[in-house]
Amino acid sequence: MAAAPYLDFEKPIAELQRQIDHLRELATDRQLDVEREIAPLERKLGELRHEIFGNLTPMQRVQVARHPRRPYTLDYLEACFTEFVELRGDRLYRDDPAIIGGWARLRGRPVMVIGQQKGRDTKENLKRNFGMPHPEGYRKALRLMRMAERFGAPSITLIDTPGAYPGLGAEERGQAEAIARNLLEMAAIRTILIAAVIGEGGSGGALALGLADRVLMLENAVYSVISPEGCAAILWKDASQKERAAEALKLTAQDLLRLQVIDEIVPEPPGGAHADPQQAARALGDALDHAIGSLEKLPPEKLKRQRAEKFRRMGKVAEA
Amino acid sequence: MAWFRKERKPRTSSRERLEIPPDAWDKCEECAHVDLREKFERALQVCPQCGFHRRISARRYADILTDPGSFVEVFGNLRSVDPLGFEGYAERVARAYREVGPQEAVLTGHGTLTGVPLHLAAMEFAFMGGSMASVVGEKIARLAERSLQHKAPLVIVSASGGARMQEGVLSLMQMAKTSVVLAALRDAGLPFISILTNPTTGGVSASYALQGDVILAEPGAVVGFAGPRVIKQTIGQDLPEGFQTAEFLLEHGMVDAVVPRSHLADATATLLRMILRLPSAEVAD
Ligand SMILES: [Zn+2]
Repeated sequence: MAAAPYLDFEKPIAELQRQIDHLRELATDRQLDVEREIAPLERKLGELRHEIFGNLTPMQRVQVARHPRRPYTLDYLEACFTEFVELRGDRLYRDDPAIIGGWARLRGRPVMVIGQQKGRDTKENLKRNFGMPHPEGYRKALRLMRMAERFGAPSITLIDTPGAYPGLGAEERGQAEAIARNLLEMAAIRTILIAAVIGEGGSGGALALGLADRVLMLENAVYSVISPEGCAAILWKDASQKERAAEALKLTAQDLLRLQVIDEIVPEPPGGAHADPQQAARALGDALDHAIGSLEKLPPEKLKRQRAEKFRRMGKVAEA
Repeated sequence: MAWFRKERKPRTSSRERLEIPPDAWDKCEECAHVDLREKFERALQVCPQCGFHRRISARRYADILTDPGSFVEVFGNLRSVDPLGFEGYAERVARAYREVGPQEAVLTGHGTLTGVPLHLAAMEFAFMGGSMASVVGEKIARLAERSLQHKAPLVIVSASGGARMQEGVLSLMQMAKTSVVLAALRDAGLPFISILTNPTTGGVSASYALQGDVILAEPGAVVGFAGPRVIKQTIGQDLPEGFQTAEFLLEHGMVDAVVPRSHLADATATLLRMILRLPSAEVAD
């Protein structure tokens, strides 16, 4: 990838990678064998990735979750599903390109896949609204989940959004109602629902696809009630306190597994999902396949009841 | 329909005004109308001149929406913990308990309205902006479950700025938690009336507040997902007049009716009696 953007803390990795690439080019040009020279560098690169990505601060994880090279829903559709047929529109107002969905096969099994989609460049981001859905997006998602239910197929949601879109049209057309309805209806669906947070799980816009039997989270994904910047701005009147807010919000996959908000962490390759999208997609595919397999035998009523009981337990209170 | 009757304008002569001690007067923050405190109070803190609905406590809504003496609080023993160890939260919430009361951001209980048993939750905006965290979610969920057990209808009065940041994603999950219980209520065929007051935004609007079988809103209440300030920031321009008010939502098909506070009890009782196939209150009397 040319001129690939790197995060600040990725610079040493990028630098070493550049050296290795340079050596390889040189070797090809002059028909030299440099593998002996490259091997230790590659080893060093692996160590560096482990060292840097093994010690990410919560805010650094937020940055990785928002990484401009991170695989998005369409990338996973390409890499771990086959025969994707996109289905568009909410049948009420319009098609929201910030959420995509349709039939696909996962390891041969027909499933409904729905996910928020961010853009790679400005043009695509304008179309996708940076992955921030309008109410039509949630309504389309619900239409597709309902369709999957009717035909007995599991639905898989891939969550990756900064959040619901705070705009005039979105409010006018009732985004609160659309999210509220998805929650109520997802609680009632009689077929398997699997959610995976693949990047940013931003508040209500994420949860609108998140009331699932199993909630998976990629190792460097985040899931939060508010962005660290927003939290810092409100609590401390200072958006630059985002590190402090990211720490306090407990928004990493590791935190959320401990809080029993998610069910499983899907490991990412060293250096993050963007360092090896194929491997990330394999791991996600395995986890989704396994999650569906583990629920397949449950009768619909039991599935629904277990889903309800799981969310019913969330939170922590004391009795005085 | 009777709920929309205009309140009669009060008349206060200037002579009367002179004879009354200064602390007996009250001034509307909306239209600057000055009137007897007593008149504001009798109108349930609605301005006798312009109809501006002041914020009132959860306790007051319980009084308004249940027959005198029938309201019994339940789950009042639930307390917030600090599940994330969020800096400053323990002190903040302790102060709110001291200053506002033990009900946290929602008061839950049961009672009767025109003799019809109902379960009622009323949110307390004074408690950290009516923000929803574990305690609010748990109280709403338990109340809905109790409604289910007793086969009694549920009424929730919302007033909230949204999910409470200091309990992080656990606050967000209260939206899911309340939804799964309300879905069970719906399955059981029990009615849920949602009443929206000023303001109902964020996570509360995007969960139970907009999941009612019938949704009523007080006049002028701001209702929406994103707060007006955030929207203004995003779009970089001022919001249209009346944007996100109850009347705006009514026009856009998001609520069933805008009902003045003085008629909330009437409207709720009339609807519940029809939904539950009971005779009308006049006949029952
Ligand atoms: Zn007034």
